Amino acid sequence: MTRATFKVWRSDDAGGHYQDYSVDVVPGMVVLDAIHQIQAAQAPDLAVRWNCKAGKCGSCSAEINGNPRLMCMTRLNSLDLLAPVTVEPMRAFPLLKDLVTDVSWNFRVKKAITPFTARPADAPDGTWRMRQKDVDRVQEFRKCIECFLCQDVCHILRDHKMHDEFIGPRFLAYTAALEMNPLDAADRVPELRERHGVGLCNITRCCTKVCPEHITITENAIIPLKERVVDRFYDPLTRLLRVFKS
Amino acid sequence: MTNFEAFDYDVLVIGAGGAGLRAAIEASAAGVKVGLICKSLLGKAHTVMAEGGVAAALANVDDRDSWKVHFADTMRGGQYVNNWRMAELHAREAPDRVRELEAWGAVFDRTQDGRILQRNFGGHRYPRLAHVGDRTGLELIRTLQDQGVHRGLDVHMEFTVVSLLISDGRATGVVGYERERGRFKVFSAAAVVLATGGTGRAYKITSNSWEGTGDGHALAYRAGAELMDMEFIQFHPTGMIWPPSVQGILVTEGVRGEGGILLNREGRRFMFDDIPEPYRTQTADNEEEGWRYTQGDKSARRPPELLTRDHVARCIVREVKAGRGSPHGGVFLDIAWIKNRLSGAEAHIKRKLPSMYHQFKELGDIDITREPMEVGPTTHYIMGGIRVDADSQMSTIPGLFAAGECAAGINGANRLGGNSLSDLLVFGKRAGEYAAQFARQNPRRGVDTAQVQRAIDEALQPFDRSASSENPYTVQAALQEMMQSLVGIVRTEGEMQQALEELTRLTARAARAGITGHREYNPGWHTAIDLKNLLTVSEAITRSALERKESRGGHFRDDFPDKNPEYAAFNIVTVQRPDGTMEVRRVPLPPMPAELQQIIEDQKS
Repeated sequence: MTRATFKVWRSDDAGGHYQDYSVDVVPGMVVLDAIHQIQAAQAPDLAVRWNCKAGKCGSCSAEINGNPRLMCMTRLNSLDLLAPVTVEPMRAFPLLKDLVTDVSWNFRVKKAITPFTARPADAPDGTWRMRQKDVDRVQEFRKCIECFLCQDVCHILRDHKMHDEFIGPRFLAYTAALEMNPLDAADRVPELRERHGVGLCNITRCCTKVCPEHITITENAIIPLKERVVDRFYDPLTRLLRVFKS
Repeated sequence: MTNFEAFDYDVLVIGAGGAGLRAAIEASAAGVKVGLICKSLLGKAHTVMAEGGVAAALANVDDRDSWKVHFADTMRGGQYVNNWRMAELHAREAPDRVRELEAWGAVFDRTQDGRILQRNFGGHRYPRLAHVGDRTGLELIRTLQDQGVHRGLDVHMEFTVVSLLISDGRATGVVGYERERGRFKVFSAAAVVLATGGTGRAYKITSNSWEGTGDGHALAYRAGAELMDMEFIQFHPTGMIWPPSVQGILVTEGVRGEGGILLNREGRRFMFDDIPEPYRTQTADNEEEGWRYTQGDKSARRPPELLTRDHVARCIVREVKAGRGSPHGGVFLDIAWIKNRLSGAEAHIKRKLPSMYHQFKELGDIDITREPMEVGPTTHYIMGGIRVDADSQMSTIPGLFAAGECAAGINGANRLGGNSLSDLLVFGKRAGEYAAQFARQNPRRGVDTAQVQRAIDEALQPFDRSASSENPYTVQAALQEMMQSLVGIVRTEGEMQQALEELTRLTARAARAGITGHREYNPGWHTAIDLKNLLTVSEAITRSALERKESRGGHFRDDFPDKNPEYAAFNIVTVQRPDGTMEVRRVPLPPMPAELQQIIEDQKS
């Protein structure tokens, strides 16, 4: 057994500070285990979100040694324990307490996206037919556990605070899942351009790199959506046709 | 008088997992004003952990399937102490509930001809589980969450309910606090739906998240409702056992459905050693046939790895006790072996079981396409819960409804895999529908402010206790340890009597549990509150298990290892006496109609 030091962000009247905690490390431990140990024995009021502890719910998002990660999926043997391990809250969202941030903005954003709208059924019994190949594409985005680490790392939100103009990678992937759903009949291309700010993304791929579900957000979701917007609004042939139509 | 914010709803739903969301959607569709409360953020409920699929006799993969076969399978799995009416409604209505999800945007895996694909699971006669790889629960909860949000549901997140309000024997609302700021809120409602999930946190090794503290069970019990079948707890046979920090986390039954086999340390496939009589004619007696079954051969019988969960769990315990277990005290679950049978097995496993691959790779540093997993039983699900009317889901308290894991009846002594997701949909919908109907017929009453004040005072008590008081985390851990060792997979009279004595001591310690810090997002406070509920459900589990002097389904008594037909005639119910102590009653099962009995007989061949 070894001991490791964790520098954990704690809220206080001045805003907050890093507090050092010493933890016994056993094989197989993840960062969330260390936080739980600290909570049970040293700091019962340490605020942290978690649910499944298996990388499926996306509750325990934090920044570990500066990297946006799920605490439950970060094994201690993947970190250098000779140096203190820094654990702090996501920085793109307002802090509530300790490691817990106010992510309610994300829930409001989703409400503003045109919901799934099914096309008429294929069969007389009211059911649809889809090929697995077409479903696979959508299922990649539907793996999203809404941990919001992609939102946290996106510089448009994190550094430029453009929360009013840009829905962020999570909701671009969400929109892609709706747009590419073989059953969906709604059109979200105009809102992507006008209200959701798809043009603001300059494809730095940070969101894809931090995704714990390994969703290729940039290439598979955002770029195709940008292409749809370009095809619709900027393609010279389409523009010409529009001129004739009007 | 402590300040609180007040809200009024026609229907108030507690819990935003599958059952709560489905109930809220239905009530909202009925045109009444609906409030929804959840303990975590929306979309994080334990439903996200459901992996294998949702059971529904769509007959897309095998046209011999029908609601009748599903009904018979469910009753047999539950050892015939299920509420037959619930089992019937569930089997009849599950297909429509699944098709409805697709209409709301869920994206299931497909058959060759483009319909919803279904997979094999333990205890189900035909491939019946509609699924999305091995993350079906996430698909279900996300679809319901988005459907609910777009319908304009009013959601109160990260909110703990501390008490149900009752006036003249009717539910009138709830009191609780928002975890973020620690402020109290009082909700008045004409009807309240409990959809709070399970009680797994009463045990040390569990697949349940921190939320599974039996809140709905305990709130309803303290309000005077009846709990039923609390002795029936499902220990899922395959939880991760290594490394220790992941102990208890589930390994989906889908692994076995796709051909995974169980081996002891000698490399023996021990599940062939003990096939129970009722399943003998439908179970393969050789490896070849079992393999063909998992690959969709309709003429083959299922492998013994797909017997019911209680049986598989006990076989694993037997191997471990006999010294034939794996190095860390479980057995081996091997899916990698299918490379001997299937070309491209590695890609196949990754496609069929993506989150299992991911989970073992990242948490255990184990590649399941190459090496076996080490697994052992973990506390997974409680078949027991609030006693409800089968059709309406109303409890014995007018205006109080329950659905999903916190309600009892459909599963009897043991739940088949895949039946929980369908249970959520079928009975969540019914609870929402009947709660809305009740609300329209019975206008909202005012809440009793004295009751509100008592509930708030009690909830704040942990702040008044001295620094030398008990640490709530320590008491919780002691309770979990005690229940695990004394009221676990194998039970005896003496140990359970000892458990009752321990519960008295733990209750006294819990009453001394104090906390530091302030009310804002204080997990120590939350733990102290959860502890009270855990103690209530632990007592109900223990007393019910003492009363059932036989072994049936999830309940196994070492001192009464056989089924006793006498005990097939009633359910065991616990209810609070006026003096606050717990009464245990035997409630006769209602007689089953002849046509349902006939279905069971027909399916026995």
